[in-house]
Amino acid sequence: MNGPAMRLDQTEIQHWIADGSRILDLGCGDGTLLQYLQDTKNASGYGLEIGADQINACIDKGLNVIEQNLDDGLGNFADHSFDTVIMAQAIQTMHYPHRVLDEMLRVGKECIVTFPNFGHWKARWHLTVRGRMPVSDLLPYEWYDTPNIHFCTFRDFEVLCREKGITVLHRQVVNEQSPNFLKDLSPNLFGETAIYHLCRGENG
Amino acid sequence: MPETLPDDSVGLVTPQTQEFTEPLPLACGTTLDRHELVYETYGTLNADGSNAVLICHALSGNHHAAGYHSMEDRKPGWWDNYIGPGKAIDTNQFFVVCPNNLGGCSGSTGPGSTNPATGKPWGPDFPMLRVRDWVESQALLADALGIRCWAAVVGGSLGGMQVMRWALEYPDRLRHAVVIASAMKLSAQNIAFNETARQAIMSDPNFHDGRYLELDTVPKSGLAVARMIGHITYLSDYAMGKKFGRELRSGSFLRGQYDPVEFQVESYLRYQGDSFANNFDANSYILITRALDYFDLAREYDDDPVKAFKEAQCKFFVVSFSSDWRFSPQRSREIVDALLGAQQPVTYTAIDSPYGHDAFLLPSERYREAFTRYMAGIAREAQPTGEPA
Repeated sequence: MNGPAMRLDQTEIQHWIADGSRILDLGCGDGTLLQYLQDTKNASGYGLEIGADQINACIDKGLNVIEQNLDDGLGNFADHSFDTVIMAQAIQTMHYPHRVLDEMLRVGKECIVTFPNFGHWKARWHLTVRGRMPVSDLLPYEWYDTPNIHFCTFRDFEVLCREKGITVLHRQVVNEQSPNFLKDLSPNLFGETAIYHLCRGENG
Repeated sequence: MPETLPDDSVGLVTPQTQEFTEPLPLACGTTLDRHELVYETYGTLNADGSNAVLICHALSGNHHAAGYHSMEDRKPGWWDNYIGPGKAIDTNQFFVVCPNNLGGCSGSTGPGSTNPATGKPWGPDFPMLRVRDWVESQALLADALGIRCWAAVVGGSLGGMQVMRWALEYPDRLRHAVVIASAMKLSAQNIAFNETARQAIMSDPNFHDGRYLELDTVPKSGLAVARMIGHITYLSDYAMGKKFGRELRSGSFLRGQYDPVEFQVESYLRYQGDSFANNFDANSYILITRALDYFDLAREYDDDPVKAFKEAQCKFFVVSFSSDWRFSPQRSREIVDALLGAQQPVTYTAIDSPYGHDAFLLPSERYREAFTRYMAGIAREAQPTGEPA
């Protein structure tokens, strides 16, 4: 079955999902990823979302979607009740990203986080040369009207993980637009989107 | 009165009656030797019987959920906004069944019926019912109609309680449970409202310990007050303010004049109370509000709703309304959280609405969209040959 086109970070996520996994997708959008994981990985689980149109799109797909504001926490989910908790391109919209990360690793045995890299050279160029907050095709919002309130760079995120004792199982950088050899050279400068596969615990 | 019926109406409908002569054991320990259920159906049952939808009504509802009984009817059935051709519960797709619950007063056996043992109206001697008794009698109706498994059992408020009980008592007889503006049990405040309403009825001098029919009278004013209390709790402060504000129906506050004042809201509530009292039986009201109060989904599951919902095999669709303070969104969240804990498939949507508990009956774009899409998914399943989505 051919679903709608997935973003690159969504395509990459599937490699880290075991067959038959129980998934919680935070900010699941129109449910494209969740449906894909159900169809190809025999995964089951829920998506959380607050956008009415997105929820409707999930209902159309027959997905289990729960209207729930992630900023209110995940207190209604039991410890380790999911194999993997996913948050794709949403952590930068959270009021307290570090608490969300803790909650994801409480509820899930593992978690996968993807976010836009604010250390990308275009963002740096906007700020240093033009003296303006970055607006690009990847982040097309003006600073005063954006859902993205907590930007970080890849390096920032790794520092947070280290401080929290979070183990990075895998990391990957994907580019929708820029050439790939540059991002391999210097991910924090040329990588557009980061994908982190995390767990709580020993051996990093 | 409509000169012509709207295109999206099920049109003129005729209630039917099903008689059950097998004794029905009730939760209270007694048995009803025979009983009747009056019900309406809309749409057509498909060949494999997979498109049947059961509608469970709430406190003041009945079997007349959609369409008109005659061209003289001023209003259609109570859920006509959501049942009809092309509507959320699409009668082009589904065979919809809506019974009047046992113990009601719209034609099904209830306190106003004749007690075969005495030849007089049952009155207060009609057995106390629980939500599960309604589910049992609805299951018998399903048998009689040849419906093995409902595509969906759907209900709001008290109707939602029946839906959840269905999911636990007959897990293999429904594929979807649609639970709207409901709760797994009433709060103390909710019981308090019901008790105040019952006291209003029972303190009416015409109540006569519930034997008013034998004395050829009815406790109308008590029932009207009971309805007024209920009605206030079904609306929101905002909705009442918007509809009535402090507008006067008559009188004036001018100095130097004595002109008794009547607020619009007073007149409206009295009208609602009076018209309800003309159409509803006081003993039924007491019986149904008690069934509401007694309902506790998880009582027999060690008070653990997660354990309760582990019994279910269907998918759930749960809906709440932001300004509903009688069955608040928090009550729906509790249902959802228990379902999540039991790892059951569930979709939940919290509709932003200013209209209080009544919102589940009223038109609302977002509610309609989500409800319609969910039901459309059920309709697709009900056609195994598969029409493209």
